[in-house]
Amino acid sequence: MTEMVYGALPSQAREPVLPKWWQTLDKWTMASIVLLFLIGLMLGMAASPPLAAKNGFAPFHYVQKQVIFGSAALVAMVVTSMMSPQLVRRLAVIGFAITMVALALLPVFGTDFGKGATRWYSLGFASLQPSEFLKPGFVVVAAWLMAANEEINGPPGRRWSFLLMMTIVVMLAMQPDFGQACLILFGWSVMYFVSGAPMLLIGGICLSLIPVANFAYNNSEHFARRIDGFLDRSVDPTTQIGYATEAIREGGLFGVGVGEGQVKWSLPDAHTDFIISVAAEEYGLILVFAIMILYATIVLRSYFRLMRERDPFIRLAGTGLVAIFGVQALVNMGVAVRLLPSKGMTLPFVSYGGSSLIAGGIAVGMILAFTRSRPQGEISDILRGQTR
Amino acid sequence: MIRKPLRPLASILHARDAGENPDQIERANLRERHEEMRNKGRARAEGRLLIMGVLFAGAFVTVGARMGVVSMSEAMEPRTSYAGSRIQAERADIVDRKGRILATNLETHSIYAHPHEMIDPAAAASKLAEIFPDLDAENLERRFRDGRKFYWVKKKISPEQKQAVHDIGEPGLLFGRREMRLYPNGRLAAHILGGASFGEEDVHDAELVGVAGAEKFFDDALRDPANGDKALTLSIDLTVQTAAERVLWGGMKLMNAKGASSVLMDAHTGEIVSMVSLPDFDPNNRPRPPAKGQAADSPLFNRAVQGLYELGSTFKIFTAAQSMELGLANPETKINTAGPLRWGKFKIRDFRNYGAQLTLTKVIVKSSNIGTARMAQVIGAARQQDFLKQLGFFEPTPVELVEASGAQPLLPKNWSELSTMTISYGHGMSASPLHLAAGYAAIANGGTKVVPTILKQDNVVQGPRVMTVASAEASRLMLRKVVSEGTASFGEVPGYAVGGKTGTADKPLENGRGYYEDKVIATFAAMFPAHDPKYVLILSLDEPVETSGDEPRRTAGWTAVPVAAEMITRVAPLLGLRPEVEPAPLAGITLTSN
Repeated sequence: MTEMVYGALPSQAREPVLPKWWQTLDKWTMASIVLLFLIGLMLGMAASPPLAAKNGFAPFHYVQKQVIFGSAALVAMVVTSMMSPQLVRRLAVIGFAITMVALALLPVFGTDFGKGATRWYSLGFASLQPSEFLKPGFVVVAAWLMAANEEINGPPGRRWSFLLMMTIVVMLAMQPDFGQACLILFGWSVMYFVSGAPMLLIGGICLSLIPVANFAYNNSEHFARRIDGFLDRSVDPTTQIGYATEAIREGGLFGVGVGEGQVKWSLPDAHTDFIISVAAEEYGLILVFAIMILYATIVLRSYFRLMRERDPFIRLAGTGLVAIFGVQALVNMGVAVRLLPSKGMTLPFVSYGGSSLIAGGIAVGMILAFTRSRPQGEISDILRGQTR
Repeated sequence: MIRKPLRPLASILHARDAGENPDQIERANLRERHEEMRNKGRARAEGRLLIMGVLFAGAFVTVGARMGVVSMSEAMEPRTSYAGSRIQAERADIVDRKGRILATNLETHSIYAHPHEMIDPAAAASKLAEIFPDLDAENLERRFRDGRKFYWVKKKISPEQKQAVHDIGEPGLLFGRREMRLYPNGRLAAHILGGASFGEEDVHDAELVGVAGAEKFFDDALRDPANGDKALTLSIDLTVQTAAERVLWGGMKLMNAKGASSVLMDAHTGEIVSMVSLPDFDPNNRPRPPAKGQAADSPLFNRAVQGLYELGSTFKIFTAAQSMELGLANPETKINTAGPLRWGKFKIRDFRNYGAQLTLTKVIVKSSNIGTARMAQVIGAARQQDFLKQLGFFEPTPVELVEASGAQPLLPKNWSELSTMTISYGHGMSASPLHLAAGYAAIANGGTKVVPTILKQDNVVQGPRVMTVASAEASRLMLRKVVSEGTASFGEVPGYAVGGKTGTADKPLENGRGYYEDKVIATFAAMFPAHDPKYVLILSLDEPVETSGDEPRRTAGWTAVPVAAEMITRVAPLLGLRPEVEPAPLAGITLTSN
């Protein structure tokens, strides 16, 4: 009709990719991620020289590596965020299949770097941790299955996703890598919750956790000792957590000054698990709060945008990815202030990391891709009288 | 749920008629249903995502608040950092009535190890084992090497041991300050003091908490920093306590008793000057509570306070005093003592047959069960209960020891006339020796109730009157006669005019049915000097046998009384009582003046 009246429109084979991308992107979230990465670089300059000195590298060796991997991660993020949800899903499913195989082959080809847990593939110049890449892939696959479950005449996707989740958790726990296993479990639970888990079941699980925890505490000496050690406030100050807490205390509101911090010399994991302590010591509470606000912005903005999403797959996948991302940051910071028991979890995008940074970039790129604004049938909502 | 069908027949027929493809109707309906489902799903997910958002926001705020709290807290050197010592290590001393130390604190050290800081764990372990023979070198070394970061080696060490450990020169062995509770007099007054142990502890300090006795009863006061380390002054007299313990221990051995207890109480104030329970223990090294066997046989058991016994004939004086108080009798009233006294199936007998009649004084002096029971019949259950209640026999003694509150006297459930009769001579109800001491103190001080206490009293308010001065005085005369001419003749101590009453109670069988034939609790309840008593002494021996004669003797007159006499001989001068040397009777000499 339009053509008949006004003549043919200038034909366009495809949509303009970049303008469309920029218009529909959640620019606040992306800005927060980039800022976090920059803060991470800045902290890396403070935190990594001791490690470089120990390993016989130039002082900023690790910063350079972080720049290289970080740039790669940002590129991965941008590229991923340009994809359509369908493409993301396709690629993620393929990636998931590959990482599952990689994970299964870890006991054969993996190395443990003398840390007692076989989690890595050594590639010479860098190491690769399949579980880092597995997380976004798993979330997308699980979201796909759960969304399919909601379709009319759909397969029992929830059950399949549950079985898949349990398989991965068991595999990870056998490495052992309880931290990643917990993240997978948590991500799946959040997706299940959002996809409409019965409230009765949730309440039942919460209640049944109490006797289970009680039983574990009373019957497992290992478990009891860890909980006691965590509850005991008179912690041995020469442990990592003791140093980390002390560093936060030392920093106060404005920090002791750039490069003046001491904690990086005592903590072997100052550049990864305890980078927040370095931030708190040298730049003070101000920077810590800034970091926390950036994380909160990413999580809350993404959830806000996902609330409007009509497509169950996009909604669930986005929810799961954001949950894993946010909880990782929360756990890392919670450990440093002794709100949570010690758990080796990095601060996404801020901590130093090689391949994990790229995996994080892909995951965040997926989040950005899923939270892009799309037509959500607002007109029909308005017609039905539901305005928001 | 009624759902709109996907292929409504009417529409399909209509479409067929119109030549349209009916599948399109199905597709349209399917699409509609799908749309509806998506709307519903989104509405639900909206709420749940909101919950997730709120949870995440809350978590971020929590972590942020905690960050703020931590970073604003006082900065400290990492090595010595611990968020303020919340451990209150101080504990006030306990002293006797003259200010002599009964319990104090000694600063010692503990050793702990940081195995990861050790240079040579094997050498450290073997040298530690040399210094402390109770440690095993292999075991220690294993613990130093099993990857732990912290290990307690010893909780309390002496300064010499500390120096020796210091000389090992191992940087992974560290010392922590420890206050240790010390009882310099060892076993003395063990049951009164109780004991202390470490409560909350960390490497820098440890809390001292009382675990029994006065240490536990006054735990809060002793640890209260507001008291400013002011010592707790007990009414115990150290020297008297020592003498009493020695005499009682000797007496217990001589009389082959398995246990013994004594309570020496100021008759006017209720202050306990000495209280002994044997066997005892060393509070510096308090034994663990027994896992098996009778709790009452454990050295931890305070017989004087916790032990509930049928106190036997010592109760008779209460019956006599009450009948005089009520005006039912005077010391010369004749009481029918013809026996045996039958009450249903039950027969009350005397040790010997004392004939048909005895005066009230003689009933007490000879210790006639029949006479006492007859008096009790006249008094009646209600008045008897009332009198015993006034003397404090119905509830646990209010003495300031944690164990005391558990010693609720055993009373008959149904206080029948038979109960009245048996209780009048001390059977059928059980009370502690301390109860008895408080009861005798009321007679001794002229008829006012006393409250037993282990705290030194400065000015004592006179308790409520339970009997007239005259009744108390008459009772005391009877008690004096028991010693001077009755069952307690071994209790005579020259110059101290001891008055008292013996009591020999058969021990009840453990199953509660009847009594042992050959196991008794022998008690002597005494006061001295009888004309103006200052102190009350209750001494009781558990299962004594006196074997010097042809046949074993178990009665209190042969067992508890001589021990008590010896105790009074030793203790009275220490209490500052001057012996009143009675002039020898001027027999046969007539003084005449010319």
